Amino acid sequence: MVTMNNIIADKESVYACLQEIADPEIPVLSIIDLGIVRNIQITDDELEVFITSTYTGCPAMDMIAADIRMKLSSLGFTKIKITSLISPIWTTDWMSEEGKRKLIEYGIAPPDKRFLIAKDGVDCPHCQSSNTRLISEFGSTACKALFQCNDCQEPFDYFKCH
Amino acid sequence: MMNNNLFNYTLHLADTTLILGQRNAAWCGHGPVLEQDIAITNISLDLIGQSRSFYQYAATQKADGSTEDSFAYLRSEREFKNCLLVEQPNGDWAQTILRQFLFSSFQHLLFQQLQNNKDATLAAIAEKSLKEVTYHLRWSSEWVIRLGDGTEESRNKMLKAITELWPFTGEQFIPATYEENMGINLLSIKEVWLKKVTDILTEATLQVPENIFMHTGGKNGIHTEQLGFILTELQYIQKTYPGCEW
Ligand SMILES: [Zn+2]
Repeated sequence: MVTMNNIIADKESVYACLQEIADPEIPVLSIIDLGIVRNIQITDDELEVFITSTYTGCPAMDMIAADIRMKLSSLGFTKIKITSLISPIWTTDWMSEEGKRKLIEYGIAPPDKRFLIAKDGVDCPHCQSSNTRLISEFGSTACKALFQCNDCQEPFDYFKCH
Repeated sequence: MMNNNLFNYTLHLADTTLILGQRNAAWCGHGPVLEQDIAITNISLDLIGQSRSFYQYAATQKADGSTEDSFAYLRSEREFKNCLLVEQPNGDWAQTILRQFLFSSFQHLLFQQLQNNKDATLAAIAEKSLKEVTYHLRWSSEWVIRLGDGTEESRNKMLKAITELWPFTGEQFIPATYEENMGINLLSIKEVWLKKVTDILTEATLQVPENIFMHTGGKNGIHTEQLGFILTELQYIQKTYPGCEW
């Protein structure tokens, strides 16, 4: 446990703080749910956060790094280092079960191992029917594919396995 | 001391993905239907993301204050090492699709090899990008088949695209010195690539041209006239207002 500017900061409170940072494109998921925070290190007065990017071209990553910096400075850290790791490669396996549940509630079908490549049959997040069809392999963001449910007729995004 | 082979090869990978990303980005808002407009711009985003990883790595190698931005915005045409295929014009949808297919089918094989390279960073970027490239390849393959085996008009456009682009596919397999020194084996890729391309073109009722003159030079900075136009647009702001930020 490290005391800084009279603020007590331990790993747990840092994680709790990071849990409040939302993915800018899927605001219902926190960066902890997404599994992109790999580690944190607190030494003397410096805090280092290790993150991995989801997609190489994910435009949200720069914004996430800025959010982490802002949020953690509110805990009293003045020296914050954000280190981006390429390896090991982020995969949708790192998404928490909690995160997958939140996605369904939000109307996005979570990554499903039965559909490593997006194709007809992904469960509809609205009515759970598997009578669905792939409309486009690329959805509203690079990480999603666009589907439509043949039963309830609702269109929905599928968070592709990655 | 900096390893020049590694540095030049990293730039070659970065430049190739940046230029194709820039080309595809020009479709934004102009795709034939909304879903495909989104698809081609997402592919563009993936490619620019890959190029950023490679440029960032090149910057750490050079360690002289160069950044991903200075590599992209402040180098001249002769310093770019991208292959010629990716700088060819968008043309119509058929030409853009074919260019993507010819490139993705190559990149898919190259990155499978690269993910085992002894350079751990290049290997990691390749491994990470492969997932995206797999999608690019599937998507572009399906479109080649749809257009080639489609209407008379779409088929004629594919035929024209093949004539335009095929002369730029030979360069991929002629290694630059830095590629050879990095242990990249392009010959082992060539046969598999040609089989994949032949299979898809055959399914599209199209044919692989034979005995066509192949252009070379891009990997060593000798480009077609196209690259100058791309860079003029890409680098305009930084050249007009050096160091400008927002
Ligand atoms: Zn439904």
